[in-house]
Amino acid sequence: MAGVTLSNIRKDYGALAAVDDVSLDILDGELLALLGPSGCGKTTTLRMIAGFVVPTAGTVKFGEREVTRVPVHKRNVGMVFQGYALFPHLTVAKNVEFGLKVRGWDKARIAARVTEMLRWVQLEALAERQPRALSGGQQQRVALARAMANHPDVLLLDEPFSALDAKLRTQMRTEIRELQRQAGITSVFVTHDQEEAMAIADRIGVMNHGKLEQLGSAEDLYKRPVSRFVAGFIGKCNFIEGRVTGPGQFETANAQVLRFSGEHAGGPAALCFRPEHATLAPSGAAGTSSTVRVTSVTYLGPVTEYEVVSEAGDKLLVAAPSSGNVASPRAGDKVSLTWRVEDAFVVD
Amino acid sequence: MGGVSFGRVAFIALVIAIFTFVIAPLLTIIWASFFVDKILTFPPTGYTLSWYARAWDLEEFANGFLMSLKIGACATVASLAIGVPAALAIERYPFPGRETVRQFLLSPMYVPAIVAGAAVYIYFIEVEILTNFQLAATFTGLVIAHTLVALPWTLRLVCASLLSANVVSEEAARSLGANALQTFFYVTLPIIRPGMIAAAMFSFIASFSDLEKSLFLVGPGKTTLPIAIINYLEWNLDPTISAVATVQIVIIAAALIISDRFVKLGKAF
Repeated sequence: MAGVTLSNIRKDYGALAAVDDVSLDILDGELLALLGPSGCGKTTTLRMIAGFVVPTAGTVKFGEREVTRVPVHKRNVGMVFQGYALFPHLTVAKNVEFGLKVRGWDKARIAARVTEMLRWVQLEALAERQPRALSGGQQQRVALARAMANHPDVLLLDEPFSALDAKLRTQMRTEIRELQRQAGITSVFVTHDQEEAMAIADRIGVMNHGKLEQLGSAEDLYKRPVSRFVAGFIGKCNFIEGRVTGPGQFETANAQVLRFSGEHAGGPAALCFRPEHATLAPSGAAGTSSTVRVTSVTYLGPVTEYEVVSEAGDKLLVAAPSSGNVASPRAGDKVSLTWRVEDAFVVD
Repeated sequence: MGGVSFGRVAFIALVIAIFTFVIAPLLTIIWASFFVDKILTFPPTGYTLSWYARAWDLEEFANGFLMSLKIGACATVASLAIGVPAALAIERYPFPGRETVRQFLLSPMYVPAIVAGAAVYIYFIEVEILTNFQLAATFTGLVIAHTLVALPWTLRLVCASLLSANVVSEEAARSLGANALQTFFYVTLPIIRPGMIAAAMFSFIASFSDLEKSLFLVGPGKTTLPIAIINYLEWNLDPTISAVATVQIVIIAAALIISDRFVKLGKAF
């Protein structure tokens, strides 16, 4: 097994850069999620790792082996496709043995490996079924067994859970994650669902407009997003517009001075904090609070969300535990929105 | 709520009228092929199978029938040999000008067959003048012309089955280590096989029933069945012709039923 290294890869379609100078080290045995909205370049990146798309510039390496221009069938990747792409004319067992057969394995070895793979995904009983006679979750397990049969260097998963209903999706992602860990295979999976990425990936690469915006663990991305896009895409986030005037010092549009933690070079920026890191109180300390008017209250069971608007006109959101607020504010109330300085950060 | 509405009755009546209009001539021909009377009379004075025997005894029908079968088979094979690779190229490899190529290969369908037949005849004569190689009134010439008749059907049906077959299956095969040829033979071909069978059936029907394209191209001893029928009709009108037509109807119906088992024809157009 080996890791995957992307160095300055780029893919242009005419004047449009689908992937723009992305460098990425995927560690041996790691499960990395490429996350972003549709059209962000995550699928093109995955297809460059697979070999379906040749980069306009840059290199792709599996361990020490450069594969940038190696065609798909010589790369030794395993891929699980959106909708699984099982061969409709072949049984489950024949689907799994396909990659071994075209590589010329002998019969005894193929039979042993197919049995092993089907046992791994717990589908031995269904070996002779046609794919269309299987449920979505079973089809996905067949797709995984098929992709892993030939001991690939890298496992690639393209929106693997999008064809499943919500309940099965949660179950399958835990299952796939467990199988991936057992196999210890370097894996990349593409998704537009941030919750899914956070739930199972070791690290997440957030992509937008063809660029890799940030790479890190779910916690890194949530606590220290490097850009407004990442802050807004991973969970919900409040933005107060203004400018950084000194170390840890931020001035809002209406000249209120607020404090934040972390570094910033200075200039126009937005001070951010998460809705659940803010509270509503009768009054707050200068620098970590702002006077706001409550515009709406939404009871969501465990939490209640308050939409508020600051004196400078910033629309903000507060999520507070429902039971905690004895006398909870109501729409129209004028209150103080407060947060802790360590929860406040600044993005461009 | 009492009774059935007038609109519904009218609709059913219309459907019955249309079906009658389509099917009545066919049934009449089949029925008439069993009449005893040499001159068509209604009602017949009795029934016989002897017209079928007589049709087979007449050399022009027996030869025409065999010739049409042979030409149909050859044209079908030729149209698959050209149409399948063309359909693959058009649907799977987005090269510039592929729509032009598609329309070019479908164009025999747009040109009135009698005009195209005349054009093919003139072309064959020009070729003969230039190379001294005779195509008009030969078996080869007829197969070439019938391949033109069959090709648009093949292309359409194979393109339709390639469109409905998932491209991702082919990508899956590639990712599993299959090269282009293995992908084609192990994945693409099995998936489009029903479409190819339907294409073969339609090509055969198109060739077997073609009259206009062949009209200029037949020669002595090289006559297809539809032309043998026309020739016979010029001087005769007896149930022999009905017997011949019935055989033709049965063959074409069989081909249609076979192809419908493989491809729901409604999907192809």
